[in-house]
Amino acid sequence: MSTHTLSVLVENKPGVLAHVAGLFSRRAFNIASLAVGPTHDERVSRMTIVVDGASTSVDQVKKQLEKLVRVLKVVELEDRSAVERELALIKVRVDPALRGQLLEVAGVFGANVVDMSQTTLVLESVSSPAKLDSLLAMLDSYGACELVRTGRIALARGAGVITDEPETAETLRAETAA
Amino acid sequence: MQELTGAQALVRSLEQQGVEVVFGLPGGTILPSYDPLLSSSVRHVLVRHEQGAGHAAEGYAWATGKPGVCMATSGPGATNLVTALSDAYMDSVPMVAITGQVGTSLIGTDAFQEADITGITLPITKHNELVTDVERIPAAIAEAFYIATTGRPGPVLVDLPKDVQQARAPWRVTDWPPPMDLPGYQVPPPPSAAAIRAAAQLLLQARRPVLYVGGGVIKSDSYDDLFRLAELSQAPVTTTLMARGAFPDTHPLALGMPGMHGTYPAVAALQEADLIVALGARFDDRVTGKLADFAPRARIVHADIDPAEIGKNRRPDVAIVGDLRRSLAGLADAVAAAVAAGQSPDTADWRAILDGWKRQFPLRYTQHSDGPLKPQYVTERLSALTGGNAIIVAGVGQHQMHASQHYTFTRPRSWINSGGAGTMGFAVPAAMGAQVGRPGEVVVAIDGDGCFQMTAQELATCAIEKIPIKVLIFNNGFLGMVRQWQELFYDERYSSVELGTAIPDYVKLAEAYGCVGLRCDRADEVDAVLDKALAPSDVPVVVDFRTHDREGVFPMVAAGRPNDEIVLGPEFSADEQRAAMRREMELR
Repeated sequence: MSTHTLSVLVENKPGVLAHVAGLFSRRAFNIASLAVGPTHDERVSRMTIVVDGASTSVDQVKKQLEKLVRVLKVVELEDRSAVERELALIKVRVDPALRGQLLEVAGVFGANVVDMSQTTLVLESVSSPAKLDSLLAMLDSYGACELVRTGRIALARGAGVITDEPETAETLRAETAA
Repeated sequence: MQELTGAQALVRSLEQQGVEVVFGLPGGTILPSYDPLLSSSVRHVLVRHEQGAGHAAEGYAWATGKPGVCMATSGPGATNLVTALSDAYMDSVPMVAITGQVGTSLIGTDAFQEADITGITLPITKHNELVTDVERIPAAIAEAFYIATTGRPGPVLVDLPKDVQQARAPWRVTDWPPPMDLPGYQVPPPPSAAAIRAAAQLLLQARRPVLYVGGGVIKSDSYDDLFRLAELSQAPVTTTLMARGAFPDTHPLALGMPGMHGTYPAVAALQEADLIVALGARFDDRVTGKLADFAPRARIVHADIDPAEIGKNRRPDVAIVGDLRRSLAGLADAVAAAVAAGQSPDTADWRAILDGWKRQFPLRYTQHSDGPLKPQYVTERLSALTGGNAIIVAGVGQHQMHASQHYTFTRPRSWINSGGAGTMGFAVPAAMGAQVGRPGEVVVAIDGDGCFQMTAQELATCAIEKIPIKVLIFNNGFLGMVRQWQELFYDERYSSVELGTAIPDYVKLAEAYGCVGLRCDRADEVDAVLDKALAPSDVPVVVDFRTHDREGVFPMVAAGRPNDEIVLGPEFSADEQRAAMRREMELR
């Protein structure tokens, strides 16, 4: 699935999440994941929204988001120039005989064991979405029985920060097209 | 420092904002605000149904350009505003709705008359807010008006819990508006001069240009510059359903309305154009027909205040984002400068072709002197008797299309209707609002019998408040447009579409509401009845025009079909229809 990652700064006020989620629903945009949290400025929250690029025009998503009164800034993060992470907790039911093997797999993927019982263990993985998908595929054969993941968060690499980014320059782009 | 209740602060904010009228209906949770309203300079018009308040606020805004204001209580009062808010959102009508809400401690408990109106209206308002702090009321109201009227206009809802209206706070406002807190809200920057220059050059180089004029031209009051641009560039002009009146129908460059029921010259001109200059229009499906086949050879200039409209449906070659008033002025100036420097438009051949189409394929209907009464005939007589100077308000359906097609519009803000949302029942309350906004003028609601029955209760409001609207019902006893679609697309199987002409008796109904009721079913009586209806009076008038039940609206492009498949209708011969389809060969 081709996806686009959007970083969205919003006012930290009641109802903002509803406005953003409502926009996706009303415009029939497909949302792959959504993560929200505070920023170092308590008046501002940051959402990382992953949209399905095949079914949704990302240009429309950005422009419609920018129209929301409580949205401060929308920036698209390119895959190669951004650090992307997801946190997952995975409960695996495992035969004690295979436990060692499983721990080896977890080690290869940098996943930590955060809980263990006679028959199960819980792994914690913080990694890129692609690496997490690979880990999950491996774990399937061991009997992964419960999964929770946070949705993607992302930050641009390098010295630039989101507040320095220009607004979507549609005007300029269309002028160039002319 | 003076201390006010939230309710007093609300009413003072409305006064400061320059609001002259509020349409509304009180109830439990908004009661605190109705108390200071009693002694305010703001006029309150008591409607009979909150939907009427919403549409009246819209009609007021359409007619005056100022934001319309409506007010309702919580729960069902607020949900009754929903249709009007949706309508205003679709047609970018500046409007502020104020609703009562249950007390903050009751929110979320399924309290009596509680509804999550900010949640419900989230997708159909430009913005909304539940105000939980009495001190925020002046800023919330100022922000609501600012958001409703700037950028692309739209409806804003402010929800006020009862205890917030009753709480007290010092009135700290010294200058209106008070400081607003809208860090994420940007009014578009000035249009790009380079884009305007590029557009002007395209326009002067085009051999077959069309100015595709949308509602934005009216909303931005930029019709004078549109007129200048059209005359300078000698480009033909088509005015959409939202823009009727933005350019005079009497002008030689006027093509009439485009789209599903557009004139043949307008539809065909867009299809054959080599350049379309879209001005405050949004390439709506009712205009483009099947999008992939719309104007296949045209380059596109798209000027709009909303960046999200650019490229939403059709990718432009030049985009001009910004206030249309500045964009159009800039465009007209740029074309004028180029003309002064020796460039000249070359559209004479194109105009000759279009003039030929106007003669060959006009809007056509037949009114026999002793035959059934045709809605087109009534509209044309109304147009003649009012000199095109009335304010015409329509609902949705056949009567709306006939009104738009056959009334000769000569000035902006003389046409009001429900465009995008297609709200039946819009006309009577919207006409009421328009008449309140422009009391000296003749306001005529052209309505269908189906539409009329949805909101007829506002006749009581009009009669009591002496709001003398004229309501012309085109009573064909059917949901006429639905009937037309069943005739054309459902093998003439008329399912649940007949209303009957006799019930209610519209004359008696009018009289029961304190209005004058008239009836007309003969062509030779139309002028006399209209004269009577249009006579100055402070009593509203309702005329029951018994119109032909099988009259359709033509031309027509079936929904989802390419515009090239335009059907001229039963008034044209098969040869004429073929000639209309063959035009491409002549042109190339």
